[in-house]
Amino acid sequence: MASWHVPRFFRGLSRRDFISTGMKGMAIVSVPMFFGRDPLAALTAAPAGTTPADLFARFGIDESILRQVMVAALERGGDFCDLYFQHTISSYIGLEDKIVNQAYTSVDLGVGIRVVKGDQTGFSFTEDLSVPAMRDAARTAAAIAEGPAGKAPTSFTHQKLPNHYVINTGWENVSADRKVPFLQKLNDLIFAGDKRIIKASAALMDDTSFVLLASSDGLITYDYQPMAQLRASCSAEQDGRRENSYADLCGREGIEFFTAERVKTIAADAVRRTVSLFDATKPEGGEMEVVLEAGSSGILLHEAIGHGMEADFNRKGISIFADKIGKPVAEKFVTIVDDGTNPNVRGSLNVDDEGNGTQRTYLVQDGVLASYMHDRISASHYKVQPTGNGRRESFRFAPMPRMRNTYMLPGPHKRDEIIASVKKGILAEMFTNGQVFIGAGDFTFYVKSGYLIENGKLTRPVKDINIIGNGPEVLRKVVMVADDFKMADGGWTCGKDGQGVPVSMGLPTVKVSSITVGGVQS
Amino acid sequence: MMDRAQRKELASWAVGYARKVGADAAAATIERAREIEVAVRARKIEKLTEATRSSLSLNLYVKGKFSGHTTSNLNRPALEKFIAEAVAMTGYLSEDPFRMLPEEKYFREINPADLQLLDTAYAGIETARRVKIAREIEEAALPMSEQIISVTASYSDAHTERTDVYSNGFMGERESTAFSTGADVTVKDGEKGRPEDWMYTTVRLLNDAPATAEIGKQAVRRALRKIGQKKIQSGVYDVVVENRSAARLLSGLYGPMTARALQQKRSFLEGKLGTKIASEALTVTDDPFVPKGLGSRRFDSEGLAAQKRVVIEKGVLKHYYVDNYYGRKLGMELTSGSPSNIVLAGGTRSAEEMIRDLKRGILITSFIGGNSNSTTGDYSFGIVGQQVENGQIVGAVNEMNLSGNLGTLWNQLVEVGSDPWIYSSWRLPSLRFAGLELSGA
Repeated sequence: MASWHVPRFFRGLSRRDFISTGMKGMAIVSVPMFFGRDPLAALTAAPAGTTPADLFARFGIDESILRQVMVAALERGGDFCDLYFQHTISSYIGLEDKIVNQAYTSVDLGVGIRVVKGDQTGFSFTEDLSVPAMRDAARTAAAIAEGPAGKAPTSFTHQKLPNHYVINTGWENVSADRKVPFLQKLNDLIFAGDKRIIKASAALMDDTSFVLLASSDGLITYDYQPMAQLRASCSAEQDGRRENSYADLCGREGIEFFTAERVKTIAADAVRRTVSLFDATKPEGGEMEVVLEAGSSGILLHEAIGHGMEADFNRKGISIFADKIGKPVAEKFVTIVDDGTNPNVRGSLNVDDEGNGTQRTYLVQDGVLASYMHDRISASHYKVQPTGNGRRESFRFAPMPRMRNTYMLPGPHKRDEIIASVKKGILAEMFTNGQVFIGAGDFTFYVKSGYLIENGKLTRPVKDINIIGNGPEVLRKVVMVADDFKMADGGWTCGKDGQGVPVSMGLPTVKVSSITVGGVQS
Repeated sequence: MMDRAQRKELASWAVGYARKVGADAAAATIERAREIEVAVRARKIEKLTEATRSSLSLNLYVKGKFSGHTTSNLNRPALEKFIAEAVAMTGYLSEDPFRMLPEEKYFREINPADLQLLDTAYAGIETARRVKIAREIEEAALPMSEQIISVTASYSDAHTERTDVYSNGFMGERESTAFSTGADVTVKDGEKGRPEDWMYTTVRLLNDAPATAEIGKQAVRRALRKIGQKKIQSGVYDVVVENRSAARLLSGLYGPMTARALQQKRSFLEGKLGTKIASEALTVTDDPFVPKGLGSRRFDSEGLAAQKRVVIEKGVLKHYYVDNYYGRKLGMELTSGSPSNIVLAGGTRSAEEMIRDLKRGILITSFIGGNSNSTTGDYSFGIVGQQVENGQIVGAVNEMNLSGNLGTLWNQLVEVGSDPWIYSSWRLPSLRFAGLELSGA
């Protein structure tokens, strides 16, 4: 992670949209137990204490308190308000220099209070869940509106939602001693994997979030959101040269997900990706055919079309896709969706952060631009149903339209036939990050490793190349789509306006007929 | 709402409690930050956010084992439980002889100078004034062009207080303010697209913020000059990188300059101390004492007393960034694990003047995506900018990649400008390079 960094020190840049691998920052982590406001209630809760009663106890609230806070939030005439309670327990445990020698934990507890008036948002949060503190925060958020007080609900309905991330064991019940062996095993496998390995590091990160959302529509929704990532990185040396790469597996999974087989795969991938770089070169730069390997190549969709289809950008007219709904944008065999319902996938959600159930949303259907991704404000602006894309980094942020798992459905071609069709180009396999300017449409993604394709055959590895293109143009140039769809399983975090949220993406093997590849000039 | 004395009391208590339940040493930090943000668009307030966050961070050293913990729940019984559990879980880790708090000699002499990081008028700033500033920026921008599609103007400020109490005797206090003002502007480019640009500035004292009208107008001018942007032919170009984007390139050297990268063998700068890694035009100073600087500090995040250091002198690497842990592992003298203010001295000309020297060149105004590899120095970045021919700007450029190796890139540096971007801790001027490789059409 350290060797692949996207600097965020520009005020301006941090507001832009980008994606990178790895969970947010280093300083995350946790302790194998509950830290509820009311420790007794928390300790008696079931492993996945997600019944309404469990969550009310966890946050020390009841319906009458919710009502009192809503009265304060709407006292200046907001149309709508919601209270987003969240308790997140995070843990990071790491191995370096052959020993498990570092652990970081964090506990985050609080409520975000949002008041909406038309397209306008007032927002505040408090980490103190006492009634006076919550009322103060509500009054701060209320200041966005000016007018006679709105009405708080007199009773609440509890929404029942499906569970897209069934797990056996919640991470909050897994103590550190059970995590240590995964890291030691990764270390041993990596050093056994190749004589050239000189350093290995590994980390197991998990996150458990308890969420309760109450809205002035009188709805209460709740969720239990697990997340886990196992990651290994290594460096190798050959003839005085060094290379470094990594592999990871991530999802809304419990500890049972990391089977011996999966641990082996992570170690083997990390070693293979690292040592193959010794043979890698930089290609000659310029426009060429690019084949995207099935899986995390879905980063292409995230940048080329995903951000541009987030409805807030279109409501403001600042996306290159504004006013293009219903128009053909790609070949007939191209269908692109954003989906919150894929079982245990990193970007999946039972309910979005505004209380809307998630769904599969068609962005492009049979080549035609179909729907934007909406949050509550944009859905009401466009007078459509919400799509379940209202997301926030945590209770400290107001929600906005964000992607979940963005992917392309399988197409009519075969992978072999696609590779064979390329005279001179690149097969892009592993990615670290990407970015887009949603108005102009230029987007990039960084290829950490891949292969050169010459006369229909993979010839030699390539590394460290940025690929840059224009969203709508590249969509038109998707000329072949294979039948081998794969979802990415890495730890992708999408950044927008200073908020990071977990996402995933997927793609079958795809050929783009021409795009600019960074490289050397002959 | 904790004051200074209460923060110190809580931090001391946390260290004491950690030791009581089994830690040999502990370092506690309490941070409190009040943050307010206003965004205006279409002459309405789009978003108004105001909140205070507080946290306790605790680093624990238990029988030679180390862990770090953070919580936002500062309720005393909850903290007792949190600390006891944290100490217990540390027991499951392996002993690491290099994990210990810094020696006293590193914080014995701390520069007592007032760095002017706190706007004492902060408490008196009312929300109405914040909104007014954002509105003024928007009003300055909107009439600039008929091609404007959207202007979002914003104002934000933060008041941060932080108290450190470590069991090695270090005690630290800091308080600062920061004010950001700016605008994002999108304009119409026929049927082609909707180019966007921004102008944001951050300062320590509100009175130092640039005139609101100038911010709004700058943002529009920058967006307008992107109209007609296109990729041009791949090739070798002379390049000027605008001050506010230059940090993207220099940051590629900063990962490899850390003790962590060196110790983990992920640095192409290993063994390069005292050797030439850049052209003579590059002299980089890490200066923690710049008055009102965004990276200014008297001590760093580990409590090490800050010192001004020339890290690269006329192209020769003079210092690595050495933190306490990896420094011990490598047996190196500690400097600091993180940069403060980065200052490049010696320039005499502005970007405009340097552009006149480009025969066949590109002015890079921003980077998009891309990355660099700290182990090998390879990099590839997307760029946006202006094409220059015979010293004149002739059109807008985008969708191109700048690629190469950082080892050679910095040797191609010909000149640094006299125009540092002071709204960042990376106070870089514009940079002029000879013969860089760009891929485009």
